[in-house]
Amino acid sequence: MIIEHIEAQLPSAILDRHAFRGDQTLVIAREHFEEVVNLVYMEGLQLLLDITAVDWFQRDPRFDVVYHLLNLANQERLRLKVRVNEQEALPSLVSRYKAADWFEREVFDMFGIPFEGHPCLERLLMWRDFPGYPLRKDFPLDGGDSFCGDVGVSFAAHAKSLNVE
Amino acid sequence: MPEINLDDSVLTTKLEDVINWGRKNSLWPMPFGTACCAIEFMGMMASRYDFSRFGAEALRFSPRQSDLLLVLGTVTNKQAPVLRQIYAQMAEPKWVISVGVCASSGGMYRTYATLQGIDRVIPVDVYVPGCPPRPETIMHGVLKLQEKISKETLAARKVHIDQFYDSLDRQVELQRIKGYTEFQAVREMVLKVGEQGGQRIW
Repeated sequence: MIIEHIEAQLPSAILDRHAFRGDQTLVIAREHFEEVVNLVYMEGLQLLLDITAVDWFQRDPRFDVVYHLLNLANQERLRLKVRVNEQEALPSLVSRYKAADWFEREVFDMFGIPFEGHPCLERLLMWRDFPGYPLRKDFPLDGGDSFCGDVGVSFAAHAKSLNVE
Repeated sequence: MPEINLDDSVLTTKLEDVINWGRKNSLWPMPFGTACCAIEFMGMMASRYDFSRFGAEALRFSPRQSDLLLVLGTVTNKQAPVLRQIYAQMAEPKWVISVGVCASSGGMYRTYATLQGIDRVIPVDVYVPGCPPRPETIMHGVLKLQEKISKETLAARKVHIDQFYDSLDRQVELQRIKGYTEFQAVREMVLKVGEQGGQRIW
């Protein structure tokens, strides 16, 4: 099993682990993250399905960055979690998994977590000078930009008809 | 030479009435479908509701070949300049129906991502409520538009569309002078109009 293999190779890398209905989750120490990813890639988990993040707001470190991996040969799945604080960077996986490119940009866009070594770390979904990171818990619900909210009086309030009687 | 009785063979009317009669019964819709309203629209076009009955069965997926823009669904802020460009490309005279609450006012998406009503950036003729509206409701909206077309003057429609082109000129000017992207220019125009208490930039 892959997890025993990681434990043997990098004994201090796994901080925590749990399983739900056969799907394994590992919480990886940030300093060992790249080594663990290289290891699981060599073990056959070569498809990166998704990268996302969770904002725990008052916890320290604040964010979980979550990686979902799949082994195409034997359908084995693995979820890796890394904990980071605000402004802390994670190593980019683009050189290892091509799919990581847009996933990392999305996480950067929505949570403001930087990825070191990413070839083009720009916002993916929001516009370039958008203020704030929308999926953080302290983000205002109707948007940090005044453009997103109510602007002036609605059109219906002073609508003029083109009809000429 | 015998007298010819012209009683029933001559029809007198106004040019405007004839033209508007033609226009309202030969609309060429273009669907800008972004959400579930577009699914209802498919139902409206298909055999059960058979929208051809109202003279608007010739769907065109190119703005250059259509004169009725149906905005069907949620429009995001980032799509606002795209929608403006599509409207600008359409053949004149042109009309817009905003289908569903998302297009009309942002609807339930009171969020950072959604444009709070397409009438901020393009002129809208008829608003169709509903989430999504049933095909009957969209058809009622088009019938209302036909009513509107039959009553409007040709000059008023032209002025109405020219107003939009003016706003497009201002947008292009902003992009040129300040080096803005399309989105930045539209955003600044909306905010500026908002300061003056208005909401539409056209």
